Amino acid sequence: MIATIIQRAVMQGTPLLFGSTGEILTEKSGHLNLGIPGIMYVGAISGVAGAFLYEQSLASPELLNPILAVLIPLLCSLVGSTLMGLIYCFLTVTLRANQNVTGLALTTFGIGVGNFFGGSLIKLVDSDVPSIALSATSNAFKTELPFAHSLGWFGEIFFSYGFLVYVAIIVAIIASFILNKTRIGLHLRAVGENPATADAAGINVTRYKYITTSIGSAIAGLGGLYYVMDYANGVWSNNGFGDRGWLSIALVIFSVWRPSLSILGSILFGFLYVIPTYIPNITVSDKKLFEMLPYVVTIIVLIITSMRNKKENQPPAALGLPYFREER
Amino acid sequence: MENVMEQKIALELRNITKTFGSVVANKNVSLKVRKGEILSILGENGSGKTTLMNMVAGIYFPDSGQIFADGQEVEIASPKDAFRYKIGMIHQHFKLVDVFTAAENIVLGLKDEKRFDMPGYIEKIKAITEQYGFELDPNKKIYEMSVSEKQTVEIIKALFRGADILILDEPTAVLTPQETVKLFRVLRNMKESGKAIIIITHKLHEVLSLSDNVAVLRKGEYIGTVKTAETNESELTEMMVGKKISLNIERSEVENRTERLIVDKIDCNSRDGVKLLDDVSFTAYSGEILGIAGIAGSGQRELLEAIAGLQNLDDGSIIYNNPKTGTKENLRDKTPLEIRQMGVRLAFVPEDRLGMGLVGNMDIVDNMMLRSYKKGKSVFLQRKQPKSLAEEIIEKLEVVTPSASTPVRRLSGGNVQKILVGREIASAPTVLMAAYPVRGLDINSSYTIYNLLNEQKKKGVAVIFVGEDLDVLIELCDRIMVIGSGKIAGFVDARNTTKEEIGIMMTKSEPHNSEV
Amino acid sequence: MSKMNKLYFKTKSHIVKRDDITWWKAWIIRVIAVLLAMVVCGIVTVFLTDLNPIEMYITMAEGALGTTRLVWNLIQNTAILLCVSLAVTPAFKMKFWNIGAEGQVLIGGLATAACMIFLGEKLPTPLLMLVMVITSVVSGALWALVPAFFKTRFNSNETLFTLMMNYVAIQIVAYYTLEWSMPKGSGTPRTLEYGQLPVLFGQKYLINILIVLVLTIVAYIYLKYSKQGYEISVVGESENTARYIGINVKKVVLRTMAISGAVCGIAGFLLVAGTDHSLKSDTAGGRGFTAIMVSWLAKFNPIFMILTSLLIVFLQKGASKISEVYRLNSSFSDIITGIIIFFIIGSEFFINYKIKFNKKEENK
Repeated sequence: MIATIIQRAVMQGTPLLFGSTGEILTEKSGHLNLGIPGIMYVGAISGVAGAFLYEQSLASPELLNPILAVLIPLLCSLVGSTLMGLIYCFLTVTLRANQNVTGLALTTFGIGVGNFFGGSLIKLVDSDVPSIALSATSNAFKTELPFAHSLGWFGEIFFSYGFLVYVAIIVAIIASFILNKTRIGLHLRAVGENPATADAAGINVTRYKYITTSIGSAIAGLGGLYYVMDYANGVWSNNGFGDRGWLSIALVIFSVWRPSLSILGSILFGFLYVIPTYIPNITVSDKKLFEMLPYVVTIIVLIITSMRNKKENQPPAALGLPYFREER
Repeated sequence: MENVMEQKIALELRNITKTFGSVVANKNVSLKVRKGEILSILGENGSGKTTLMNMVAGIYFPDSGQIFADGQEVEIASPKDAFRYKIGMIHQHFKLVDVFTAAENIVLGLKDEKRFDMPGYIEKIKAITEQYGFELDPNKKIYEMSVSEKQTVEIIKALFRGADILILDEPTAVLTPQETVKLFRVLRNMKESGKAIIIITHKLHEVLSLSDNVAVLRKGEYIGTVKTAETNESELTEMMVGKKISLNIERSEVENRTERLIVDKIDCNSRDGVKLLDDVSFTAYSGEILGIAGIAGSGQRELLEAIAGLQNLDDGSIIYNNPKTGTKENLRDKTPLEIRQMGVRLAFVPEDRLGMGLVGNMDIVDNMMLRSYKKGKSVFLQRKQPKSLAEEIIEKLEVVTPSASTPVRRLSGGNVQKILVGREIASAPTVLMAAYPVRGLDINSSYTIYNLLNEQKKKGVAVIFVGEDLDVLIELCDRIMVIGSGKIAGFVDARNTTKEEIGIMMTKSEPHNSEV
Repeated sequence: MSKMNKLYFKTKSHIVKRDDITWWKAWIIRVIAVLLAMVVCGIVTVFLTDLNPIEMYITMAEGALGTTRLVWNLIQNTAILLCVSLAVTPAFKMKFWNIGAEGQVLIGGLATAACMIFLGEKLPTPLLMLVMVITSVVSGALWALVPAFFKTRFNSNETLFTLMMNYVAIQIVAYYTLEWSMPKGSGTPRTLEYGQLPVLFGQKYLINILIVLVLTIVAYIYLKYSKQGYEISVVGESENTARYIGINVKKVVLRTMAISGAVCGIAGFLLVAGTDHSLKSDTAGGRGFTAIMVSWLAKFNPIFMILTSLLIVFLQKGASKISEVYRLNSSFSDIITGIIIFFIIGSEFFINYKIKFNKKEENK
């Protein structure tokens, strides 16, 4: 049973891991992107639209090419969420709009786009299917490693996931490596900490902000894609993604802006999410209190880090602040 | 000491002119520095030293004139260009990322072809520190560092990028004497290895002990270059302060002089442990203008803020003699609100007008209320009085503004200052402190301010005037207190002193503690 | 000439802040932005529905204003959104990013519901009303004081803190919704019978609207004409100035956040006692976030907020009519709202800045 719990925790945690890795990168450039929940919806629905159109174009589901079935939604998802990131950058960097307002508008817009197309896609393309259930595509996404079940609990815990789970972990590790060990990471952190200094050192602040925020959005969008294609078996349901976007932002704080810690944090959050199911005789309402835990834990982390006031554990110093060279 | 390198000119400026609007910051300045030479650029505040060097560092672009680096004429349009010509400038305000290590800051922004190799960089940094005798741990975080260490990081940052011409802007302003000694040792080492070093300063003893040549600027103009070995303090002071200019500021005799504010042995340390105020004692009398002269950043701001209740002290007392009640109150470590509640009528015109004294986005009327809005029991604001006050000030001080409901940030510097001084005076103060009240103002506005201060003096207010222009201080004030590195350098009678006397006191930091 | 640490590189063009724009020019820019946004929305709609844009806007107007009931509905929704916007405004004016209104509203609603359930039968209606108002106001204020306390004490990031508090509140409310549902645990929220706000002149929502109207005027006066409102402005503009004139910044932050939370509590009270007569975890319905945009778009002016909240509610109602008529998903309205807000916040740039092309070298 423990293996199953861990397995489910990982699956619950994966969308959060994508979301938080994307948001960490974004925040490291000084952008507090509150549009992440919307971006994750767009990432999901773009993938769904891609997969849906691809499946519809086939005469029968057996003709589905598993590689295309993965690549098309993946690409659509990346494009969709990157566009969202670009909207954010254009408004906040080029047009100097307030980051919080822009982010919240982006979330309204993104969730709207997700639910709208999720609910209307069938009508819009005049299809005769009853609902969006992309099981063929989902199966392609869910393909497990070949030795997943032959290794007992070990296989269950480590090998029984669709490829996006491994992508999430690898992306987090790469992000961690880039942030800490490369020149680009150093420059990026400088942009988020002290853009004026970065500017004076010859770093193109605008370019860094645009690129990282867009990449961050693309990564976060994959969280939405994973959720719908793998976790939800390719079935879109409106608002099914729930508050995972905000949980991702919570996870950023919980992991004190470190993608590597985010990996463990995402599993912990996932664990908190699934654990009520395994408690005997738990009422539906008590489950709600369990769902509160990740946020409470995050608040406690936020308080402790600000009390200890250790510089390394603080949000990037210029987080949420606009930077314009002329206004210093 | 004679070697081949000393012959080669590293950097030469010819006829550099730079204006900001109508203000001429530099006028036809020419100077040169050779390899293996330390050149001091000497001048008072506002003499254009920093502006001149900022043009070499690529921060400003000259209106006219030529710059030669290593014999070639060059155009320096950005800091990047400056680095290309191996020029590195260490500004007064460090540009460092707090949470980064020294090494990370040093390599920040570098775009070499090679792999990002931190251990390799650290080796290189260590080699530089050893070569010149710096003390620095490359892995130490900036936020754990003292000011002196941060400065070291900035210098190594320049050297790491291969700077051969090093410009330091007031490097000793923030250092303790021991740290200054260390810095000079390092600078001499760099000179020995053939670097050209320019140091902007106004401390004469440093100039004399460190540099080979001294270039003097005064009010944006180039006065001349002299060999350090062939000059002395009084010659340099004279070059720096120039002949006395008569301003014809009216000055009345002091009447009814009584002790109003007694500052006794106050001490104040910065977070880094640098002494900002060191055993400062003086008395401000009613009906007198006490001038405070000193190099910028010698503790003037901290002194005024301590009196105004914005700066806590480590030691000493600030006693206020209330002329109405005859009681004595200690203002030390009180908040501005507590001071007001004690019945102390203290007016303060801070140096940072729009960042502290006024709110730029509020209109003139609302700015009038800053001091008085709390008056009365009503929960609502009373705008009638502030409005008539605003209109009165606009009329009396000839403030140029579309209306009293114009946000103050839209006004020109002189008008902003009239609003601020006008408001502070309106509260009928018994002590009036003004920090650089005529900085950046045109002649007419400046005289308006002088007249206002004189009026207050005649009313029996104890006026404290922090200024930078010695001519003004000598003609406006009754007594002048000279402050240097947080210590009192001495007191002079403004009616019987010379610019040279004050200039020498300012630039030497030996304490004289006898009050006139 | 103080020490200049600003950088002025040689560049071809640069952006300068402009101070001189007249109010009517600013409004022309805003109107153009809204018109452009409507064109874009029109294109999107036509692309999705084959409607012609004019028909689309007629349909929207019908959806929002078609019947008396719809008009009342529109005004009622505007009032609630406006109430939450009024709540967040003092905090924003102080540059304290309270994005926790959603949670503060819910906690206020929870307190109201608790009173209605547990005291409903025991207290006479007027007393019950009073208790409901007081508990909702106090609980909203306390909820908002938590992040404010940690901000003033340890400088905790208030944006992140208030954001997290929302979801704690949502889960708590979800818990009690289930606990109190009839039958217990069924998930159908209990209809709260006692303590409903009275129906005035046969109009169910009139009292809500009147309360918010009064609040709007009070908020306007508070921010503009009261000493506390003045302190909020000074702290928001410059903490240094606040210190200089002896304002206790921490006290102002705590007091203002308490007010912000208290007004959110009132919004929760109105939603539970005056509108829904039940409590759900989506009672606040995202208004806590929408309110931030409403307040921002109105430049923190309570009177302008009537317009901006009306605009947003109108769009939402209108767009949901379109989705109803064309059997599209109701989230269509969020897309339209999002697009309009993008345009309006983008337009602020052209109000605040102009682009200057350097013919010669320019400085200062």
